[in-house]
Amino acid sequence: SCSCTVVSKQPLASKMAGADSDDSLYPIAVLIDELRNEDVQLRLNSIKKLSTIALALGVERTRTELLPFLTDTIYDEDEVLLALAEQLGNFTMLVGGPEYVHCLLPPLESLATVEETVVRDKAVESLRKISHEHSPVDLEVHFEPLVKRLASGDWFTSRTSACGLFSVCYPRVSSTVKAEIRQHFRTLCSDDTPMVRRAAASKLGEFAKVLELEYVKSDIISLFTALASDEQDSVRLLAVEAGVSIATLLPQEDLEALVMPTLRQAAEDKSWRVRYMVADKFSDLQKAVGPEITKNDLVPAFQNLLKDCEAEVRAAAANKVKEFCENLPEDSRETIIMTHILPCVKELVSDTNQHVKSALASVIMGLSTILGKDNTIEHLLPLFLAQLKDECPEVRLNIISNLDCVNEVIGIRQLSQSLLPAIVELAEDAKWRVRLAIIEYMPLLAGQLGVEFFDEKLNSLCMAWLVDHVYAIREAATCNLMKLVEKFGAEWAQNTIVPKVLGMANDPNYLHRMTTLFCINALSEVCGQEITTKHMLPVVFKMSNDQVANVRFNVAKSLQKIGPVLDSNCLQTEVKPVLEKLASDQDMDVKYFAQEAISVLSLA
Amino acid sequence: MWSLCWTYSLNLSSVPGDGEGQSRWCLSQVKGAIDDDVAEADIISAVEFSHSGELLATGDRGGRIVIFQQEQESKNLPQGRAEYNVYSTFQSHEPEFDYLKSLEIEEKINKIRWLPQKNAAHFLLSTNDKTVKLWKISERDKRPEGYNLKEEDGRYRHPSSLTTLRVPVFQPMDLMVEASPRRVYANAHTYHINSISVNSDNETYLSADDLRINLWHLDFTDRSFNIVDIKPANMEELTEVITASEFHPLQCNTFVYGSSKGSVRLCDMRASALCDQHSKLFEEPEDPSTRSFFSEIISSISDVKFSHSGRYMMTRDYLTLKIWDLHMESRPVETYQVHGYLRSKLCSLYENDCIFDKFECCWRGDDSEVMTGSYNNFFRMFDRDAQRDVTLEASWENGSPGCSLKTWRVCAGSRRKRSEIGVDCLDFSRKILYTSWHPQDSIVALATVNNLYIFQEKPN
Repeated sequence: SCSCTVVSKQPLASKMAGADSDDSLYPIAVLIDELRNEDVQLRLNSIKKLSTIALALGVERTRTELLPFLTDTIYDEDEVLLALAEQLGNFTMLVGGPEYVHCLLPPLESLATVEETVVRDKAVESLRKISHEHSPVDLEVHFEPLVKRLASGDWFTSRTSACGLFSVCYPRVSSTVKAEIRQHFRTLCSDDTPMVRRAAASKLGEFAKVLELEYVKSDIISLFTALASDEQDSVRLLAVEAGVSIATLLPQEDLEALVMPTLRQAAEDKSWRVRYMVADKFSDLQKAVGPEITKNDLVPAFQNLLKDCEAEVRAAAANKVKEFCENLPEDSRETIIMTHILPCVKELVSDTNQHVKSALASVIMGLSTILGKDNTIEHLLPLFLAQLKDECPEVRLNIISNLDCVNEVIGIRQLSQSLLPAIVELAEDAKWRVRLAIIEYMPLLAGQLGVEFFDEKLNSLCMAWLVDHVYAIREAATCNLMKLVEKFGAEWAQNTIVPKVLGMANDPNYLHRMTTLFCINALSEVCGQEITTKHMLPVVFKMSNDQVANVRFNVAKSLQKIGPVLDSNCLQTEVKPVLEKLASDQDMDVKYFAQEAISVLSLA
Repeated sequence: MWSLCWTYSLNLSSVPGDGEGQSRWCLSQVKGAIDDDVAEADIISAVEFSHSGELLATGDRGGRIVIFQQEQESKNLPQGRAEYNVYSTFQSHEPEFDYLKSLEIEEKINKIRWLPQKNAAHFLLSTNDKTVKLWKISERDKRPEGYNLKEEDGRYRHPSSLTTLRVPVFQPMDLMVEASPRRVYANAHTYHINSISVNSDNETYLSADDLRINLWHLDFTDRSFNIVDIKPANMEELTEVITASEFHPLQCNTFVYGSSKGSVRLCDMRASALCDQHSKLFEEPEDPSTRSFFSEIISSISDVKFSHSGRYMMTRDYLTLKIWDLHMESRPVETYQVHGYLRSKLCSLYENDCIFDKFECCWRGDDSEVMTGSYNNFFRMFDRDAQRDVTLEASWENGSPGCSLKTWRVCAGSRRKRSEIGVDCLDFSRKILYTSWHPQDSIVALATVNNLYIFQEKPN
């Protein structure tokens, strides 16, 4: 860690200067030399230990020698510069405390102008951090001039960095300087290069938060309006988020006149990317403008976004359906949903674009809790059922993964008739990733459908996955069995799945025989000692004579795994002889894993 | 190749007037080996001025990029000579082998595009058939000195001699120019990349291959968005490919692409995420009287360039240069014959594959003139206002130092005057495909096979 709590009043180096040579200097000397090693990894390593170097040099040499060196180190690789920018944010105590914190500004200033965005952003983050450690005087004498230099730099890299620094200075400077800062920000908002206007637009909200309300109204609103009608849509779309922040700052009565015309315009922008941004920020926007404007303005705007001609916009809006409905004012929530939102949602269920449908499927179930039992059965259930039959597997999966919401309201039985074919179809999908996804929902479904339904309809599916031709599916199926046993208990396991799993030990395919072992590994703990000893262990022993070496060494691994479940007598009298026999197997791997099991179980 | 570089610089002291058969242009420099025996790798395949004109980049079939810098003093004198000297040379692309498809990927540089300058360093994008790379060209004039545990020459110092810590200090050194690869944008193109173009938003660029156009963010190499896809479900139904594409210089949402059928489509990225539906189609109806077997081949767009103002767009096909007003899709506002006399030679040009040559074109900084290349090391300039055109020759042999270039006329039949040449005498192996105009000044750069020529217009 680089934040340094130990501040040595007497520098390490001066303590050592008295001696002719000191062994404790050596590691520091290596670190310093490696600051300029040809190997990037070594340089990076040294930079990450910069606090150690600084501590050894003492505050004065750190200020007069180390920092000037670091200021010129801007030619280095991005990862080194990134680490340096981060370190300098925690360096205040190492240069002598807040009194000297301004010494950190030159290296951070040069880092704030490099072309690599991540490095610049990190330098700005560190500058913001150390700005708080400046006294009000130092802030005006050292920090604010730096911000001005960056803001009027020749290259846009420095001007973009300046945008992030205004808000940290502003609250702590005199009113004259405040006026200058506002002027600089205004200038950057109309910069020639779109990069700077984008940086200004993305910081507009945060800058507005530190401004006095009168300046929010006089300055920020006009900047917001200008950026929101910029010729570049990449700038306009960033103004949307700023609009949300500004809306939270203004009193309700000013919103309508100052912010809403611009936001309305953004929701109908010619560019789909801007409309997408509105859809994406819709919940925040809704919270910022309050219930009245939501009812009058946002409901029709949201309807339009749900019907947008661009699929990306519809998908973003569809994602927000549940949140938007949840946050509607309670008195009119149901009416608005039933008369305005639901008709649009119905259309989206049969959208031409599968991303839109799957976005909707991931949230639509959440509407049932909002609308209650009767509305769900009458209006939503047909939509769920339609989506369960959708041609796109992702849509069906999203519905199934959210079944718990419906379960609470109407009970899953209402759905079970449609659910089953949908599950079976996904379980047999040609794409193994789809099969994998549905397996992961099995324990959840089992819990909601109950053991009877499960045994009758789904158990055979779970067993079929154990012999899938894709390993990842067999592995997930094994894990699934364990979770099912956790839900339904050991007795259920003994009656339904253990016999089937053990039966596979005689399968002619060695991969299936190995699956038996993997299942035993997963199940022994949840099934407990009795079932493991009585039913599983004999099968494992029998398999130690398998003709395939892979099966035999997996026997050794299984014995190691289930050993802790067994009692010590059984370990000594039954497991140990088997492992010893395997330890003298002719196959190298079998020997290795048998010996490993013997030592782990302490049977030697 | 530039280690053997041969620079042919001329002295502009006495310049004769703009007489008959003389142009205002004169040769300034020739770069590259003057040798008939040209190595394949040395053939130039891209020429591009930076936005300030201070740097000039060339790419070659060997995957190398050479950057020339304008001499400081020549830049400041309005009458001065445009003198460019080698600034940096680096290997941009290496030959590769795609093991999955058993395909060799050539290292040849297809396009170079400069980024607007963002700090003291310069950045450019270069591409071969498959991979786009972002390069940083930067200067270094300081280096750190002083070690604790060794001497500057590398000899180790015994740790016991260590009595105090020494922090390295930066010392001035001879200027060094470094080119470092910053990003590699790979694995997004199934077909050959023919164009790259940086967006005016300064954060995205497009790359176009035969069937698709992708949009990249300069900061991200692991994803790109497909914005145009003209690949038919059944490849046997393929009738048209993308040949060139460019972003509008001012409107970040607008780009165009030209096709092998001679049409240019303008797309608006605001309208939808996938721009398969164009918003404008620029196409001139075919003249049925000149229709022939070669009609489609010669109408294929080999280059498309927006004017600096953003109002016009220029397209180059095999025989003509057309200028379109973006507000009129039905026909070009200006059409220039580059080498109309070749119309009767199409059959032999087809046989020697010349008909598939892809000529580039470029605008003068103030959009008043346009330039494109031809055969026999000829290049053509068209003055749009005066409706005047000239044919000039890139040659170090024929132009005496500092003199105006003479203008040529190509005529059918046998040669008549000194400034005339017969069509049959043209050398089709000597062609000027790549041209670039200095963004502000009267300086042009163009590539013959392995030579870079820089010409300058004499001031009034």
